Amino acid sequence: MSATLAPPLHTTPEPEPQFPAKHFLNTGRGVASWLLTKDHKRIALMYLISVTLMALLGGFFASLVRLELLTPQGDLMSAEQYNRAFTMHGIIMVFFLLIPVTPAILGNFLLPIMIGAKDLALPRINLLSWYLYVIGAILTLSSLVLGGADTGWTFYTPYSSMYSTGAVIPAALGAFVAGFSSILTGLNFIVTVHKMRCPGMTWMRMPLFVWANYATSLVQILGTPVVAMTIILVALEKLLGFSFFNAAAGGDPILFQHLFWFYSHPAVYIMILPGMGIISELVSAFSRKKIFGYSFIAMSSVAIAVIGFLIWGHHMYVSGQSVYEGLLFSVLTFLVAIPSAIKTFNWAATLYRGSISWDAPMVYAIGFFGLFLIGGLTGLFCANLAVDLHIHDTYFIVAHFHYIMVGGAIMAYMGGIHFWWPKMTGRMYPEALGRVSGVLVFLGFNLTFLPQFLLGYMGMPRRYHAYPEEFQIFNMMSTAGATVLGLGYLLPLVYFAWSLKYGKIAGNNPWGAKGLEWETTSPPPLENFHTMPVQTEEAYAYADEGETHHG
Amino acid sequence: MSAHTEPHAGGHNEPHVASFGSYLAIFGTLMVLTAITVAASRVDLGPLNVWIALLIAMVKASIVVLFFMHVKYSSPLIKLTAACGFIWLVFMFGLTFADYIGRTMVEPPKSWITAPAAAKEAPAAEQK
Amino acid sequence: MASHAVTHTSGAHDDAGHSNPNYQHQFEDLHQQYDATTFGMWVFLAQEILFFGAIFCAYAVYRFKYPEAYHEGARELSLILGGTNTIVLILSSLTMALGVRAAQLGRNKSVFNWLALTLLLGFVFMGIKAVEYTEKWEKHHVPGLNWHMTGAEADHMQIYFSIYFAMTGMHALHMIIGAGLLLFFMYKAWNKTYSKEFYGPIEIMGLYWHFVDIVWIFLFPMLYLIS
Repeated sequence: MSATLAPPLHTTPEPEPQFPAKHFLNTGRGVASWLLTKDHKRIALMYLISVTLMALLGGFFASLVRLELLTPQGDLMSAEQYNRAFTMHGIIMVFFLLIPVTPAILGNFLLPIMIGAKDLALPRINLLSWYLYVIGAILTLSSLVLGGADTGWTFYTPYSSMYSTGAVIPAALGAFVAGFSSILTGLNFIVTVHKMRCPGMTWMRMPLFVWANYATSLVQILGTPVVAMTIILVALEKLLGFSFFNAAAGGDPILFQHLFWFYSHPAVYIMILPGMGIISELVSAFSRKKIFGYSFIAMSSVAIAVIGFLIWGHHMYVSGQSVYEGLLFSVLTFLVAIPSAIKTFNWAATLYRGSISWDAPMVYAIGFFGLFLIGGLTGLFCANLAVDLHIHDTYFIVAHFHYIMVGGAIMAYMGGIHFWWPKMTGRMYPEALGRVSGVLVFLGFNLTFLPQFLLGYMGMPRRYHAYPEEFQIFNMMSTAGATVLGLGYLLPLVYFAWSLKYGKIAGNNPWGAKGLEWETTSPPPLENFHTMPVQTEEAYAYADEGETHHG
Repeated sequence: MSAHTEPHAGGHNEPHVASFGSYLAIFGTLMVLTAITVAASRVDLGPLNVWIALLIAMVKASIVVLFFMHVKYSSPLIKLTAACGFIWLVFMFGLTFADYIGRTMVEPPKSWITAPAAAKEAPAAEQK
Repeated sequence: MASHAVTHTSGAHDDAGHSNPNYQHQFEDLHQQYDATTFGMWVFLAQEILFFGAIFCAYAVYRFKYPEAYHEGARELSLILGGTNTIVLILSSLTMALGVRAAQLGRNKSVFNWLALTLLLGFVFMGIKAVEYTEKWEKHHVPGLNWHMTGAEADHMQIYFSIYFAMTGMHALHMIIGAGLLLFFMYKAWNKTYSKEFYGPIEIMGLYWHFVDIVWIFLFPMLYLIS
């Protein structure tokens, strides 16, 4: 794999790309045409704005946490204030960024186009899901105004339901409403994939991004309602004094954890599966090669979705649950690594002997590789019951899940947004800056979170605003890294905005990639295609360019 | 318009319209089952009572699903969707109860202990 | 939304339903629309199964732990009222199913009547529930709000009653939503919206209503019939 920039993907000179005269952005004008739209593409863009705003807010709370942890003393905030900072960071990032970011933005925009449909099956439900997201966000913001929740994003009882003086109910209800937004998105995707594929688009010809979102949707449908009900139980206990988890009445706080993690573990697969789908697309496009092991990758997405429901107890090894239960969950948890590994091997095999080009999306994709690998492998440590006894509730766990969530899911999303930005807006972002941001994010991320593995191993507990002196050096590194990481995330905001007016016109297929989305204009017309497509070839049917290997 | 590659799931070109009488019969069946479940609850069968009640409820639910909700005449996809909801309930109940039942097991099951004599001695030896 | 009758001769699929005012343009034809929307409702119901499933799981765990408290708690419930409500709801499922059948046959007036009957039975159910809840309030059996109970199992019975109110309350909320939907579809039927070609929404309404009935089919023995 050459480290120099590969030649541009187009080998024959092409005419200047044209900006289409009529497309979904200029079909229908005025605020009402956006707020009452049924167009999945407009809804995707509305999600883009709202999710980005929430991400900035979540990032603000992360900054508060990292600033406090610069020094061993709890000098920036009191312990109670710190509790609120990491709680709001977690709630916002989990429910309002990680869960919806890829499905509601890229999934909404691309899924119908990728299967050759005019829109999702249920456009009004799609719009409703965006409004629910906004209402959930407003509820969470109201919690902030009232001082914020301080229970951790995990809302463990009985603190959340009986003793906390924080603004727990609005925050919990915000998550509840956002959960229904997620359920409706999943419902829409499942129906669309089953019922709206264009002629010739069989299941095994669909892009892997569609498979990934389909598997994600299964999780959204079957997992989210359980946490929804659980949140209601907590709210009833707090508001009305009902007894569900109240030990004085014989309630079991661990039951809350079972019901909570029944969703919240599969939730992490909601976060990562769509990102894995993006990686499949990027790896194929930027190796100019058919993806290796298509059916294995497709099936592994569904396998992860299913197995993911059977392993939630690995969050509860030290909770007081039966040790036999812990044993059972540990064994099952190791199983879920297998389909993830299958994907990673297939991506690597795709890269092998591919014609690699290092455009910004690929920088993010390769960054994903390294970071997801570390995140996934450290998951094995966590899955091991005996090891987890020592690392539970330490920074080892924090580092593990940030490697997957941020190093994995967000990196993949960033790669995807760079890849499909030209399709959504008709404009290219500045390529050099794109690569710079990818490198900044990769370096900043590692500086932030690699030291946290060491901190956790050395015994530093999570959710504490003060710590012993000997942990300071790694905490300083982590905070420094967070600054670089923040810059890496802010930079794209600037150049994406710039590109809307000054970016190079993209044309239909600036990357020379395969997929129905690249066969329509950039931006696409209102009903996605001028003539509805018929799929006649396999997915990723790149012409062999001197390749002797086949996927 | 281009043709679809597969027939419409559900085959509702001619929807299956059940007769008025058949719906009445289903209603009657459900009433009978309700009476049975009430009667069964009056007889003390110990732990069996809850399972019998559950079984009858599942039969009633199945009748509603198959006939009132037309699943008997629906596509395999819809049958699978309905089934998935219940299968996931099995996951949730099963793995949650593994905890509560596991907590009642103070010692591991006898079959796990390869040397029964050693097991009797070990707890005594481990008293610290 | 259509407010005028659209009459079709039977089997009129010449334009694949495109001229039907209820046809939605993201679909190829009314077939696909029916297929997709009914499937969509089933996916929603799968989600509802897990939603109620969570509280049923809590119910089961505590019944396993405190069987005596459940026994005592169930004795405080009225078998007559609960049993009557069971009959009422199953009867409403019958009327709902007959309403769907009427829609399949394109008989809008019949649809209206059956849905009205279903709604009426729904109100009867809610009325009986209100009587039960009032009785619970008067006997100080509402946890947290006016709870007073004596006896060995008093503490654990708080859990039983919390679960009772959460389960039946959530069920009642779903019935209220169902009642609202029934009113909406009665209005549409009054305006002659449905036909042999287009009856999907009534089918979907029926699916929702039957699901709410199924929840009660489990609630009744689990809460009331603990011997």
